[in-house]
Amino acid sequence: MEPAAAKLIGAGIACIGMGGAGVGVGIIFGNYLAAAVRNPSAAQGQFGNLIFGFAVTEALGIFSLLIALLLLFVPL
Amino acid sequence: MKIDPIHQFNIEPLFTIGHIGNQTIAFTNSSLYMFIAVALTAVLMLGSGRQLVPGRFQSMAEITYEFVASTIRSTAGSEGMKFFPLIFSLFMFICVSNLVGIIPYTFTISSHIIVTVALALLVFFTVLIYGIYKNGLKFFKIFVPSGVPIYVLPLVMFIEILSFFLRPVSHSVRLFANMLAGHIALKVFAGFVAMLGVSLGALGWFGGMLPLALTVALTALELLVAFLQAYVFAILTCIYLNDAIHPGH
Repeated sequence: MEPAAAKLIGAGIACIGMGGAGVGVGIIFGNYLAAAVRNPSAAQGQFGNLIFGFAVTEALGIFSLLIALLLLFVPL
Repeated sequence: MKIDPIHQFNIEPLFTIGHIGNQTIAFTNSSLYMFIAVALTAVLMLGSGRQLVPGRFQSMAEITYEFVASTIRSTAGSEGMKFFPLIFSLFMFICVSNLVGIIPYTFTISSHIIVTVALALLVFFTVLIYGIYKNGLKFFKIFVPSGVPIYVLPLVMFIEILSFFLRPVSHSVRLFANMLAGHIALKVFAGFVAMLGVSLGALGWFGGMLPLALTVALTALELLVAFLQAYVFAILTCIYLNDAIHPGH
């Protein structure tokens, strides 16, 4: 296989990891919304925790995007 | 017709200041937009007046102050307020430069990893140095969570130490990758409009309304992301500083 083709395929495979981050972010926001509907008065106090959980989860998806970007744009 | 979504991130020297060895020290478009971000923040915070009954402009400045201050108080406690100048500067610099970067044909500073790494390392070393200065060796208790059974403690400590040193990586890459990916997506969708029009003629320009509408929607999403990433950067800084102020889980 051509090395350039292998790099492109590898970039595509690396992006699969972002699916996991998508599931995680969906679970976080979904659970926050469910809890906020049950107890709206407590929702405002947990906004910081929501954003923190979102940021930590999203970082893992961003790492796999980073691998894809490195494969695509950094000459090896 | 070829789209080049990476071209917008090129750093071009505007004029040369001097030389150190073989390196040219130049004033680039990146430096220009850094100055613009600082100038806009200064205009907002210094030019807003000190009236007892605030006008619109002064209210905006007070809202940004109160927003950052309440974030610090709720995550790092009132002791964290001594770091207010640092966190406020970081938040305003990132937020203003992200928002300026959304305007077409401008340059986004935070889409370059060297800028975000510099900011993240500043936070990392502030936490490390202040934590050791304030708590001495007790600072290293953040690596030893309490209430963990002794036989899994080495593994947990290993993970804690690893995650501590991965903090500047995730802190900087998150901001940089979000900005980079968002701006590339915008450029690619905007490129579809021109590609359809050039290749299909009148029908293509009509069909190009679809990607055009999507570009407008994506710009709105980017507006949200630009603010959210600045907020995430600020709140993570608060949480890391909280470790230095109150070590031990």
